[in-house]
Amino acid sequence: MNAQTRLKDMIPAREKLVVIGNGMAGCRAVEEILERDRDRYEITIFGAEPRVNYNRIMLSPVLAGEKTFDEIVLNTAEWYEENGIALVSGDPIDHIDRARKTVVSRSGRVTPYDKLLIATGSDPFIIPVPGRDLPGVVTFRDLDDVDRMLAAAERGGNAVVIGGGLLGLEAAHGLSLRGMKVTVVHLMPTLMERQLDEAAGWLLKQELERRGQTILTGADTEEIVEKDGHVGAVRLKDGREIPADIVVMAVGIRPATILARTAGIECERGIVVDDHMVTSDPDVLAVGECVQHRGTCYGLVAPLWEMCRALADHLTGASTGYAGSVTSTKLKVSGIDVFSAGDFSGGEDCEDIVMRDGARGVYKRVVLKDNKLIGAVLYGDTADGSWYFDLLRKEEDVSDIREGLIFGQAFASGGALADPNAAVAALSDDAEICGCNGVSKGQVVRCIDAGAHSLDAVRSQCKASASCGSCTDLVASLLSLTLGGEVESGPASMCKCTSFTHDDVRRLILEKELKAIPQVMQELHWTTPDGCAACRPALNYYLLCAWPGEYEDDQKSRFVNERLHANIQKDGTYSVVPRMWGGVTNPKELRAIADVVEKYDARMVKVTGGQRLDIFGIRKEDLPAVWADLNAAGMVSGHAYGKSLRTVKTCVGSEWCRFGTQDSTGLGIRIEQMTWGSWMPHKFKIAVSGCPRNCAEATIKDFGVVCVDSGYELHVGGNGGMKVRATDLLCKVETEEAALEHCAAFIQLYREDAHYLERTAPWLERKGLDWIKAQLFDDPDAVRRLAARFRHSQRFMQDDPWAKRAAGERRDLHGHLATVVPAGKEYA
Amino acid sequence: MEAKWLDLGPTTQIEAGMAATLPVIGGEEIAVFHTMRGEFYALVNKCPHRQGPLSQGIVHGDSVTCPLHNWRISLKSGQVLGDDEGCVPTIPLKIDCGRIYLLREAVVAPRPADGPAAEPQAA
Repeated sequence: MNAQTRLKDMIPAREKLVVIGNGMAGCRAVEEILERDRDRYEITIFGAEPRVNYNRIMLSPVLAGEKTFDEIVLNTAEWYEENGIALVSGDPIDHIDRARKTVVSRSGRVTPYDKLLIATGSDPFIIPVPGRDLPGVVTFRDLDDVDRMLAAAERGGNAVVIGGGLLGLEAAHGLSLRGMKVTVVHLMPTLMERQLDEAAGWLLKQELERRGQTILTGADTEEIVEKDGHVGAVRLKDGREIPADIVVMAVGIRPATILARTAGIECERGIVVDDHMVTSDPDVLAVGECVQHRGTCYGLVAPLWEMCRALADHLTGASTGYAGSVTSTKLKVSGIDVFSAGDFSGGEDCEDIVMRDGARGVYKRVVLKDNKLIGAVLYGDTADGSWYFDLLRKEEDVSDIREGLIFGQAFASGGALADPNAAVAALSDDAEICGCNGVSKGQVVRCIDAGAHSLDAVRSQCKASASCGSCTDLVASLLSLTLGGEVESGPASMCKCTSFTHDDVRRLILEKELKAIPQVMQELHWTTPDGCAACRPALNYYLLCAWPGEYEDDQKSRFVNERLHANIQKDGTYSVVPRMWGGVTNPKELRAIADVVEKYDARMVKVTGGQRLDIFGIRKEDLPAVWADLNAAGMVSGHAYGKSLRTVKTCVGSEWCRFGTQDSTGLGIRIEQMTWGSWMPHKFKIAVSGCPRNCAEATIKDFGVVCVDSGYELHVGGNGGMKVRATDLLCKVETEEAALEHCAAFIQLYREDAHYLERTAPWLERKGLDWIKAQLFDDPDAVRRLAARFRHSQRFMQDDPWAKRAAGERRDLHGHLATVVPAGKEYA
Repeated sequence: MEAKWLDLGPTTQIEAGMAATLPVIGGEEIAVFHTMRGEFYALVNKCPHRQGPLSQGIVHGDSVTCPLHNWRISLKSGQVLGDDEGCVPTIPLKIDCGRIYLLREAVVAPRPADGPAAEPQAA
């Protein structure tokens, strides 16, 4: 006997737990068991899919392009390793030998168990129509299905989704976002009839149609028609034929019971389990969508958590039992708020309370029975969903608040109207606060008690409000309830439309790869339908900065000056400033400007503070023609209207000046040629002075160069204007090339970090000069990398917006719909 | 006999989230708005504050923010929102078969709305 064997003998052999199914239920169950007793079981998990465990309910956002696979991974390979779990993926179990207490995998691997957990989930239901096996017919169940849909979407064309339930609509939404022409074929007369009543289903249909999907209800599929060995169309029983390059079958799911059934375990619709998730065999347990508990099979995620809790309690010797779940539904389709819970089929002994707000597109209905809430359907405004759901689960008597019930919690609770905290205080400990991460009120409060005294701390410690942010207000209320006045306030939110700060939004745009304004608003749960005049331009800039060359500028979110590439004046006319590189001009340019002033009857022409000429009093209709004339003389937009590089002001420098030490004019022109056209958080001014006498006033600019005999002093963070601030010296460099490189790097750092409408001066004071220096100089490669990112972004920015407009682009922005000439006015 | 409604042409002329202008000879210029939710409204193109061209503002929800000094105006009622006060005359508008129509008499002589807010007109 060797030493190793003796050691092994000293530790009691652990029981073997084998889990069939590496999905959300199987893994959650294992997590719950490990949390209670890390050492009790030696665990092996078999998964049919060749990958780690991921959040299946997030497949819809993956399809819609709102998330990547990496973001929906629940347990990484390291997790299995760290917890000593053997993961066998891609080798599914073929049968269970209950007599020998082993499972046998497809490749022939035999694994013994003491306890067996079946978590095989469910299979998509395939309607038995001809053509169902054709290539191009897919289900929507796992990542492979999503990949198939994405591949089809890449080729474009028509998609038909069979099934207008939760899953089908999410598939349709994703494919539609991916550019396919989508038709939803639904057998029942209204969409999502299991979760929504007719009115809400109709509102939903209207909205989806408005978004360009075709919704066919009461449509029965007869055949999937072949074309060249691939799916070609879907034919309905009424004879209609809908062309299809891909068909998604999403009509429902069936508990996956085959393994259990063939092993002789009692099954009805699902695998029959008791309140401890034990099957007819005491050593075999089952959990998740494959089970049938007290006659019910579940297809949603919330009951699964409850089951896993009961199961883990049982397997670690503290049986608590599971009593079934009341479920609620939310549709994950951006911009559509749908909530339903409980039973809303109505009936004679039920009472309906309905509220509609046509203008806001809101529909709410609650169903009462014996003074208790038994069902709720909300469309368009789902803020009170969790409150209704809580009333429903608690089976509370609502007769006292009946009158205000439909108006939501704030109203119904009377005094709570003025105090949202009271409403949150009234929630029970196990009320769910964060749906994304399954965090209850009790958990949040414990987390706060344990020292998380700010929103950020709560987010990082218990994950509540860290994903989509929709529960931020709830968490904030809990913080102030739990701590009284001691909440550590974070930075202010971006605007009234969101609880996220500018920094949060910028970070999440990158993390979640958000690439469109509506997507940001959806993912970060904007509280307004399409933002406000403050957040829209900010988001447009953040996206432009984050995804150069990829993000398409949104003209609707541009302030008028940037939309019309000119400065609006108090009388509604515009002023036009052509670019004059480094402030240098010539007779041809001056002549063209003079001609424009006369031709368009401009009322004034003026030299600006930034050494340019400003032409005043141009009407929006005339702007394209003015630009065409200026373009013809070789001049482009001066961006005097933009949150962007304005001008580079220069002095004459060594070429003319007896004190000049370097060619400040030449360097200024080079800098302007490098930086023009770049969008920034705010306007950005540069100057280059040829000697320390500083005639170009470089030390009150965002970036200033002061030439000296031995090189170039680079100054940053200066500002004229309301609050004058002189620059800080950033560094000194020896060559023009280095000055250009540092200028590009500093601008890019500012572009990537500052808040929208924050000029460099307040930005620098907020972050500190040391921080800025650290960002630029701690890593010897940082300046180069920042400058490279700036130059990359400039590849997409440096084309003259005036030239495109002069050539006829966006005529709608400059013209009128028509001109009305009232009768009798023709000759007036 | 003049038609009661003035036909401005197809709704597709105005992108959602934008506005277009309609000068009226001898009268007030009108701005026709198309909200992101697909509703159309017509108002006199003049902020009650300093006469800024509302058509050039950022449209959000069913309001527009004036480009000159950020006053917010309800497109439904013409009322100034928030802490400021004032009202912009609205022009009755209807959408029929994908075309925009304005009530002719209101185009010629817009009056401040004193009745209930205009019903949104969706395309």
